[in-house]
Parts: sequence; structure tokens; C-alpha cells
Amino acid sequence: MTQAEIKLCSLLLQEHFGEIVEKIGTYLIRTGTQPLRMIVNDTGLSLDQVKKALCVLIQHNLVTYQLQKRGFVEYEAQCKRVLRILRYPRYIYTAKTLYNDTGELIVEELLLNGKMTMSAVVRKVADRLTETMEDGKTMDYADVSSTFVRLADTHFVQRCPLVPEAAETPEVPPPPAPTLVINEKDMYAVPKLNLVGKGKRRRSCDEDENHEHKAKKHKKDGEDAEPPPDDGIYWQVNIDRFHQHFRDQGIVSAVANRMDQTSSEIVRTMLRMSEVTTSSSAPYTQPLSSNEIFRSLPAGYNIVKQVLDQYLTLLADDPLEFVGKSGDSGGGMYTFEDFMGFLALSHFSLPIPIHWFNYFSLPLRFGSRCARIFRLLLRKKHLEQKQVEDFAMIPAKEAKDMLYKMLSENFVSLQEIPKTPDHAPSRTFYLYTVNILSSARMLLHRCYKSVANLIERRQYETKENKRLLEKSQRVEAILASMQATGAEDVQLQEIEEMITAPERQQLENLKRNVNKIDASENQVDETIFVLESFIESTLKKP
Amino acid sequence: MAGRGGRGRGRGQMTFNVEAVGIAKGDALPPPTLQPSPLFPPLESRPAPLPGGEELEYMLALKQELRGAMKNLPYFVKPGAPRRDIERYSDKYQVSSPIDSAIDWSPDWRRLPRELRIRVRRLRPGPPHAPPAAALLPKCKQRLALDKEEAIKKLESLEKKEEEVTSEEEEKEEEEEGKEEEEEEYDEEEHEEETDYIMSYFDNGEDFGADSDDNMDEAVY
Repeated sequence: MTQAEIKLCSLLLQEHFGEIVEKIGTYLIRTGTQPLRMIVNDTGLSLDQVKKALCVLIQHNLVTYQLQKRGFVEYEAQCKRVLRILRYPRYIYTAKTLYNDTGELIVEELLLNGKMTMSAVVRKVADRLTETMEDGKTMDYADVSSTFVRLADTHFVQRCPLVPEAAETPEVPPPPAPTLVINEKDMYAVPKLNLVGKGKRRRSCDEDENHEHKAKKHKKDGEDAEPPPDDGIYWQVNIDRFHQHFRDQGIVSAVANRMDQTSSEIVRTMLRMSEVTTSSSAPYTQPLSSNEIFRSLPAGYNIVKQVLDQYLTLLADDPLEFVGKSGDSGGGMYTFEDFMGFLALSHFSLPIPIHWFNYFSLPLRFGSRCARIFRLLLRKKHLEQKQVEDFAMIPAKEAKDMLYKMLSENFVSLQEIPKTPDHAPSRTFYLYTVNILSSARMLLHRCYKSVANLIERRQYETKENKRLLEKSQRVEAILASMQATGAEDVQLQEIEEMITAPERQQLENLKRNVNKIDASENQVDETIFVLESFIESTLKKP
Repeated sequence: MAGRGGRGRGRGQMTFNVEAVGIAKGDALPPPTLQPSPLFPPLESRPAPLPGGEELEYMLALKQELRGAMKNLPYFVKPGAPRRDIERYSDKYQVSSPIDSAIDWSPDWRRLPRELRIRVRRLRPGPPHAPPAAALLPKCKQRLALDKEEAIKKLESLEKKEEEVTSEEEEKEEEEEGKEEEEEEYDEEEHEEETDYIMSYFDNGEDFGADSDDNMDEAVY
């Protein structure tokens, strides 16, 4: 784990779970697997605080535990998983586009709570949806359940590993920690539940009354008397599946940019067909015959078979080689190869300014001509100084300057090719080359750093203006309560004026800055996703 | 260091043929760097503006909402209130912030290692009219004395919120930890009745004067 990653993890933990959890999480990420004793000793926190924090972290799948052979339990932090907290908004938004508000809320609840049983999710989501509906309408549990089932069928949510059925005799004490297991085929099996009911609207009048009412209601329902029917079956969000979805989306839009709408539709179809046959981490798909592709095209698309074949040939012949042709049976077998290489390359080589790269990246930092040189080197692999100048059509002096700048930042490297066995410098070729993997890693590292910087800056801005923020919150609270009790406009105006104009301006500025920083964080996370997936795909070559 | 042999002769000899890399004879090289690069180097080109769009704005709103929501969830572990410099009489009756050892949500203990379990201490089930509130307290015996005070403070806040949780706990805990109940002997009812005043109405005057005078909050009785 690099320092940048650790720093980012610690900031994310602190923002979302507080300092105690952050301290323990960071300690585990830094030092690796540890037993409880060590954590308490080294962090200096009290035993109960550590226990509490570990419970929270385990609940959210950020820390896992393992029962060692000698009978004690060790805890390990999942650094990568902590970094995913940055991506929660994207998961929730994707769920919204695929399964509407219900899907959005289901995924949101699961992310906020780590793991939940299906009945708990359904109940909560129904209540939340009922809140937003008009008076008198409620959300039925059945609707929410059916959306949940769809999410499970498409693998966006999955079951958590289960506590094994303990068939132990009473004399044998239960182990200090359960070993959780999950069967592949059970992972998406939805328990047969008969969830009947509707969402409950929370009355906005007397809060206390409501609590008592709720408490009584619960007692009446007898829900606490017996465990829910799916007790012990917990669900979590399947992050990998979302990543697969993002990847497919990225590829389709890259193809659309590079070629045209129709080819992107074809690619989308191919990807959809491979969804179930290919695991999310495979570097290429199973071969698909063009007949199959033709059959699976979406209904609205009327293109003739020959046109489809032409498109497929075009895709296969593309110099980036992301679609490969592998045989003629069934009209030609096509595989989608090297997803992430394609995605990464297409981001590097798009002539459009890649503005969503943060400003550490190439075109914006060094200018578009540097980007041209970079692209050139990508295509041609190795070039001499002179050749670079010629192909890029950039005057020698500037080309030199740019090359050295990029060299100093490690975007390009020099490759020596000796002509003579004694490697004499005067008789050696020096070729510039781009090592895409190491550039990707370096960019990724910079991305982590920049997100950490962004978060720090945002926290600083908020802290600077804390007093003002609190004041404005108080004023809003007063306004709201006065409006509820029916005050006159004059009085309301008086209260609004408690915040002076320059203060208002300051608040506006703060809001704008915080929004900008938040939006940037989201943007950088998109880049992080592409780079991480690319690097991961190179590691998994069979 | 090998290239420094020619002291003062020419510009500085390199081990490789500089012309191959493109530095022609007589070209000016940039001056040597004598200090670490500046912390905030001037930007040569401004970053492009952030892309907008409905999708991104929605995600922005989501992000901010999530942040706010998580701060209010029980998973957000707030550090315990710092101990005051001197003990005050009013401390006994004030509703304090959640104590370190309490967990506001109930995880599924079956899934967690046993060592992480924070024991729930159950009061002896008193006479039927006593409200069966339970405090989630740690098992450590040394903290017994402190716990009593903290338990009282905790009771007021927990009582209303956690009735449903604790009634669940009641059933589980009564079976498992019957023997622990004997350790707790105080009658919670007695303590409650010690004062006739409603706790939330009590204001020990510490906040007086701290608010600015322009503040027109409703009066706190």
C-alpha cells in the first residue's frame, strides 16, 4: 500500500465513520493482519472503542477476520474496498438508471448499512418511498421485493457468506469466531419470503408521540418476538458487477466516439451476450458467432446481415485490435479482447481533449502537442529523437523540450540499443518509448494523491467557515419553526436579515467551492476506475 | 560521478553521446537544480473546466447527502465526551453523550468473533410496572461503580429510543446470561424517583451568556 493510498483511505474513513474507526482502520491498513490485543496496545484506544470500531468495519466489509490455527482471531483491513467508498454515488446512480428509484434506494440502504437482510431492506425502502409519495399513498412491499429480486438476478446484490450450521454437541464450545462460507450457486438465491405490507409514513407532528406509537406498533406486530423468516441471510452490494457495468458502458461510448452509433450498438450487444458467460475479471470474452450477434441485436435495429458483417470486419480490422476474428464458423467468430487495454488506450488516444483527466495528466499539463508525441510513441512503440520530430511535425527544439519534460516525469523512457558489444555510448541507439503499464501506475498514484488533496482542501474550507455555517443553520431552523407557527412576512424578513450580505456572499462562495471540489472528486474517481481496471487486467493474463 | 572527470573542460562530459539524444553542440542546458521543487509550482496551463450535466450534478448531490447521512448513522463512532475538569453535581442528572462502550445498533453477534462482543447487562426484571429498559454496558467488573452513574444518564436517552431493541435483547439475554443479572442489584426505579424534576427541563446555567445576544432562539425553560 502506497502512502498515497493509505492517506486517502484514512481520510475516507474519517469522513464517513469518525476518528476512532479511522484510527483503527488506518492502523490495520498500515501494519497488516493483527489480533485484537495488538490493536488495543498500538493504537492506545480503549478496548471497548476498538471493539466497537471493529464491529462497524466488519459490518461494512472493510475488515475481515480469520480464525488462526492456534485459536486466536486476526483482523485484516481491505484497503481497496475502503477506496470504493469514493464510488458509492456512482453505484447508487447506476442503480437508479437501471431500476428506478426503488433500485436506487435499495442499493443506497445496502451501502449505508453494509449488510442487511432482505426483509429489513424491503421494509426500510418501502418506508422511505412512502415518505416521498403524496398523502394517502403508500408503497407496497411487493413492489420493492420484486425490484430486489431483479437486482439479485442480475447479480448486482449478492448474499454474504453464512455462518455454517452448527451441528456441535453442547460439550464442544463454539469456536471463538465463526468461519463464514458461501456456496457459488447460493450467492444470488433469494429466499422465499412472504413479505406483506405497505410502507409506513412517519407523521411529521409530535416526534415523541410517534416514537411511542412506533414502539407499541412493533410490540403488537410481534416482530421482536420471533426472528424474521430470513434471519441470518444477509445481502451486500456486489461491487464487481457494478464495475463490469461501468466497463461495458465505457467501452460502448468509446466505440461510439471512435466509430459511430451503430457499431457501438453492436458492441453493446456483444457485451451483453457475454455478461453471463464471462466472469468480470476475464481479459477477453468467449467467441461469439456473427449469427448469434445478429439474432441478439435489439429489436428496433434493422440492419441487414451483410451490413452487420461489414461492421464486424471493420471492428476487427481496427488498429487498436480490440475485436479479434477467430474463425469462420457461424459466419465468423468474434471475440472482444483486451477490454481494459482498449479502454485505456482509447482514453489516451482520443483527439478530443480528455478534460476529465485531472490536471496532472498529459495533455493539460504539457499541452496538446506533448499529447501528440505521446500518442505517436504509443503507436510506433520506439522512436529515435529525430524520428519523433519528423513524425510529430514539431520543430526540433520544442520536441526536445517536451520529450525531456516527459522523461523527467517518467511518462516516456529511454531504451538503449547497443550496436557494439561494448555498449559504447557513441555507437548506441537511444530510443524513446512509452511503457503504458508504468505510466498507468504512475498516473493512478497521482490520482490517489489528488483526491486526498481535494478532500483535505474541502475539509479545510468547511472548517474555516464553521462559525458562519452554524449561524446560517440556526437561522434556517428559526425560520422554519416560525413559518410553521405562522409568522408574518415582516418577522421572517427580520430574521433573514440576521445574515448580512457579505456573509451571504461568503456562504455562496463556500458552497460553490465545496461543490466544485466534490465534483472533481467524482471525476478523478472515474479516472481511478479506468486505470485500476486496466492495471488489474494486465495482472490477470492467463 | 564518472562524467565529472573533466573539471572545467567544456561543459560537462556525459557518459553517452549527447548528440544522439538531441543536445547539439553549443546548446544551452537548463541550470542545475539546487533545491527541491516548489510545493505549489505555478500552473503552466489552466485545467479545463469541469464537465457539467444532469448526471454529474445528481451524483454530486448524492455524494453530499451520503456524507451527511453517514454522520447520523450509528456507525459513525463519536468519541466519548471528555471528562470535565471537576465533577459537578449536575453531571449526575445530565443526559450525556453516548458512552464509549455502548453500541447503538445491534450487529448479528453470530457472525462476529466472540471477543468483539460487548456484553449487555440486564437489570433484574423488576416488578411489572417498572419500565423494562436495559442499558448496554460492558462486562468489566472494575467499571461497576462508574457504570451505575453512567447507566442512569444513559437510561433517559435510551429508554425512549431503544425500547424495541432492548425488548429483543431481553429475551435473548435472559436465557443466556441469567447469572449476570445477580451482579446488578440496584433498583433503577428508585433512582428515577429521586428527583421530581423532568431531566430535559433542567438547565444548569452553563449555556447562559455563551449565546450571542442577537440570538432569538426560543427560550429554554
